[in-house]
Amino acid sequence: MKKLLSHLDWLESEAIHIMREVAGQCSNPVLLFSGGKDSLCLLRVAEKAFRPGRFPFPMMHIDTGHNYPEVINFRDKKINDLGERLIVASLEDSMKKGSIVLKSNDEPRNKYQSITLLEAIEEHDFDCCIGGARRDEEKARAKERIMSFRDEFGQWDPKNQRPELWDLYNAKVHKGENIRAFPISNWTEMDVWQYIEREKLELPNIYFAHQREIVRRDNSIVPVTNVTPVRENELVEKIMVRFRTVGDITCTAPVESDADTVEKIILETASTSISERGATRLDDQVSEASMEQRKKEGYF
Amino acid sequence: MEKNTNNIVLRFMTCGSVDDGKSTVIGRLLFDTKTILTDTLSQIEKTSKKKGMTEVDLSLITDGLQAEREQGITIDVAYRYFSTGKRKYIIADAPGHEQYTRNMVTAASTAQLAIILIDARKGILTQTKRHTYLAKLLGIKHVIVAVNKMDLIQYDEEKYKSICENYKEFEKNILPLNSPININFLPISALKGDMIVDRGNSMDWYKGATLLQLLEDLDTSEDIKESSLRFPVQYVCRPRESANKELHDFRAFMGRIESGLLKVNDKVKVLPSGHESSIKEIRIGEQLIKEAISEQSVTVSLVDEIDVSRGDMLVHHDDSVGAIKNFTAMVCWFAEESLSPNRTYLIMHTTQTSKAKISSINYKVNIQTLDSELVNELKTNDIANISFKLAQPLIVDSYNKNRSTGAFIIIDESTFHTVGAGMIQLLD
Ligand SMILES: Nc1nc2c(ncn2[C@@H]2O[C@H](COP(=O)(O)OP(=O)(O)OP(=O)(O)O)[C@@H](O)[C@H]2O)c(=O)[nH]1
Ligand SMILES: [Mg+2]
Repeated sequence: MKKLLSHLDWLESEAIHIMREVAGQCSNPVLLFSGGKDSLCLLRVAEKAFRPGRFPFPMMHIDTGHNYPEVINFRDKKINDLGERLIVASLEDSMKKGSIVLKSNDEPRNKYQSITLLEAIEEHDFDCCIGGARRDEEKARAKERIMSFRDEFGQWDPKNQRPELWDLYNAKVHKGENIRAFPISNWTEMDVWQYIEREKLELPNIYFAHQREIVRRDNSIVPVTNVTPVRENELVEKIMVRFRTVGDITCTAPVESDADTVEKIILETASTSISERGATRLDDQVSEASMEQRKKEGYF
Repeated sequence: MEKNTNNIVLRFMTCGSVDDGKSTVIGRLLFDTKTILTDTLSQIEKTSKKKGMTEVDLSLITDGLQAEREQGITIDVAYRYFSTGKRKYIIADAPGHEQYTRNMVTAASTAQLAIILIDARKGILTQTKRHTYLAKLLGIKHVIVAVNKMDLIQYDEEKYKSICENYKEFEKNILPLNSPININFLPISALKGDMIVDRGNSMDWYKGATLLQLLEDLDTSEDIKESSLRFPVQYVCRPRESANKELHDFRAFMGRIESGLLKVNDKVKVLPSGHESSIKEIRIGEQLIKEAISEQSVTVSLVDEIDVSRGDMLVHHDDSVGAIKNFTAMVCWFAEESLSPNRTYLIMHTTQTSKAKISSINYKVNIQTLDSELVNELKTNDIANISFKLAQPLIVDSYNKNRSTGAFIIIDESTFHTVGAGMIQLLD
């Protein structure tokens, strides 16, 4: 009987292989890093792929300006501890330049991330962006290749993807075109938490249950912050919550939870009846095809 | 959902003709294993209602693109996941339409098992034959033939049996004959959920295992026959500039063990150069390990300072495999533009890329009759036997012995599109 890898070892090994293909094939790649749990898994995979050497790419954060300070502090500390390089591309800069024009100041900024991302790709001449997207997150992502071709405008063409066979990844592009590489495509939310547990990864503390002021709005829990203020006639409550994803404040909602350790979060994940995005992304609920649409426009 | 951390991965796909129920079967598997969460389900219910359906359309679980939902068909592969406590399953839902055969081939390239759906009312169709052929060609060792929509033929045992007999009859004659496969049959209704996860009460005459049980009990331990070491180098690690002085001369080779076993002190040689050395250290990240098994991504350092770079392959020193510049392969052609014997293409094989010319198109497989035909060019979705001449030597094995070192993709030199894929056939 042949020895086989456990599923976590298998997923890790696949992710390392993908990252090394990026390093071997692309001339100027970058790793998109948000400080969130998926991108922290990516960093651990990168360590296993490239240590004792340096990472053959810098990290880049597309900063909407609406962040929980804990996450930003964590981001900076993490990169510093690793001794790697961080580029911050911020939406505010695109707004100053005039390439992003908000309809109103409190408008969710997630969909504008694509613009800043594409500007940064052009400025730095990146030919590949490594991202932490997973196929189990969303139905359009479930269709995307591990190395996904984007044209000069960053557009994904879901009806005309490059066939991707075995683990032979074609990352060849012309100048201006771009590959998005997703090493943890085949991981589920559960795999991510199990990996975090096994590797003893540190996370920003908003992932763990904590007291927070919130209001309940259209079936969602909305945290009370300076960019998501209380509206008239809304009742502010202080309850135990945790975040299942972190991102722009205006489109990420917490869930009610007492899980304050990774172990408890794994138990909760095993018994949850609501998907990660369904529970927590205020931006995907707008229309059934909103993720597909955003990806066609250059989103991660 | 289970929280076992020691699951083994099993990758499978669904195939068969248009509307045989491939997407519905997957939806049913996910639904009955409680993998579909309530918010996803309520979205699907809403969409089903909008389309005027009375039952929930489970195919919407995998048909995630706007264009797919509009037309009610699958266009590209969707990947879905579930775990049971014994296995983590990675499912590829492939399209049935002839036009999207290349996407079916994409799904088959990484699958260990194929569920071939047959509509009980229609029996075996051309597409059933074609997909059986492709599954075999792509080296899938396990097939489950699921006769679906049994509810529409009043769960008729006799009809089921005759479909199974017909399938066995034609499968015997499907090439490649030299790759035996393990076939199981079962009757199901994906719509009603009979024999998928639960047995249901309509087919008491069927005594075999349910679909999920067949998946759970599948023995894949004999799948990998090849035991020779194949370690293609992906990347060379030279942490010269590191603050750590000890690392100044450190040089190591990064890659994944595609087959075989690699141990510290093993004598190896680098191909194509042939230089020999032995293994000094094996590590995953900073952690040293004594041996690495197939599918493991590792970093390897050698005792001697020899020249190794991306594209080279480490094998055991006494292995007789050599680098070759000519080979014959079965090729699936994907591009809209036809394959032209006058052009130069790029061949990507393991971590090596070489220019290649077509020496000859030996024959094309007629996908309707599975007979061979003589042709001068290949069109989209054609399958042919082709001889290549390469600019650079590659270290290859026959695809039926080694799925990693026997496979390659063909890239168009000017557009960089992936235009084809090939499976090498060496004469032994
Ligand atoms: N009565 C009945 N209908 C079924 C069954 N399984 C699937 N169907 C129906 O058959 C139709 C096609 O099902 P799909 O799952 O979309 O078929 P498919 O094989 O994925 O089709 P393509 O991916 O486009 O090739 C849908 O209307 C299903 O509801 C079954 O067991 N019984
Ligand atoms: Mg389908």
